[in-house]
Amino acid sequence: MIRPHRTHPLWYAYMAHRLSGLALVLFLPAHFYVLGLALTDMAAFDGFMTFASHPLVKLAEFGLVFLLAIHIFGGLRLLALEFLPWSAPQKTLAAATVAVAFLLSGTFFLQAV
Amino acid sequence: MEAAENTLEVSVWRGGEDGEYQTFQVPAQENQTILDVVSWIQQYADPTLTYRFACRVGMCGSCAMMVNGKPRWTCRTHVKKATEGADKIEIAPLRNLPVIKDLAADMDPFFDKWVKAGAVHHPTRTRDDAIETITPDEPGRVEAAKAIECINCSVCYAGCDTVANNPDYLGPAALQRAWTLYNDAKDADRQAILDNVSGVGGCHNCHTQGSCTMYCPNELDPLSAIAGLKRVTAQNFFKRKG
Repeated sequence: MIRPHRTHPLWYAYMAHRLSGLALVLFLPAHFYVLGLALTDMAAFDGFMTFASHPLVKLAEFGLVFLLAIHIFGGLRLLALEFLPWSAPQKTLAAATVAVAFLLSGTFFLQAV
Repeated sequence: MEAAENTLEVSVWRGGEDGEYQTFQVPAQENQTILDVVSWIQQYADPTLTYRFACRVGMCGSCAMMVNGKPRWTCRTHVKKATEGADKIEIAPLRNLPVIKDLAADMDPFFDKWVKAGAVHHPTRTRDDAIETITPDEPGRVEAAKAIECINCSVCYAGCDTVANNPDYLGPAALQRAWTLYNDAKDADRQAILDNVSGVGGCHNCHTQGSCTMYCPNELDPLSAIAGLKRVTAQNFFKRKG
């Protein structure tokens, strides 16, 4: 249970960053191992690729990309918070700009593929 | 004032570290602070209840306690604000500090860290010199002014999970004080301040959870002060290397 003094956005942001980081630590060795198979054992790699086309695995991949996105933007948030001595409204505007840019370019990308 | 018909169910921490909660029924009033509730218990229910307060107007910083799990200055916290709709109140001594008895926490570790953070002024002039003029709109003064209303209540310290997980961590209040001194144009040894706050337990331990700024009753911003210290210690690191 989350204790009462932790129920505010910055604490949730901290926890999301921490948990996504831990999850990525668990995932990345497996990721690099599978990539390594492409060099050492093509048959095993192709076998894994067949497995990876399963819808459930696709869903899990969405989760992984989501974790990565949380961790990247959480890290950018921390860097902005600590190294850019801007006022709170300036930071909000900067974050909004990045979010809108991301949305527009993401939509463009989805239409392209 | 009309006699209140309703009563509040109030659980209060009794004893030391291994104590337990004791429940009291306290008459509810329209206007009532948490400190009023604690005082009522001590005056009408159990005179042995130990707690600490002085000014009752949010200036002295002695009455902070954990109320329904959040650190609060109890003299300026209305019961309705603290309960947030719940019908029960749970009052405990401040978190992250040893318990002396009941609601009185031992503030020594908190104040020891102010000293450890090197919150000591290093003068540029002697008493024989004229006082240095600092205009209110100087950038350093503007930055320092943000934190001078700290009343040392330890609410930020009690709300901080980094303090809870690392006994050596200096905590938000002491680091904010160091940041204030760092921005003081009349301080002669800024390097000493940076050395004090960048070692073990220093500003780099902060995980930017922001509970300090969230709960500061005077609406100060220790989170940004600590970010300031991180910034200048990082700049200082590269300057020294270069």
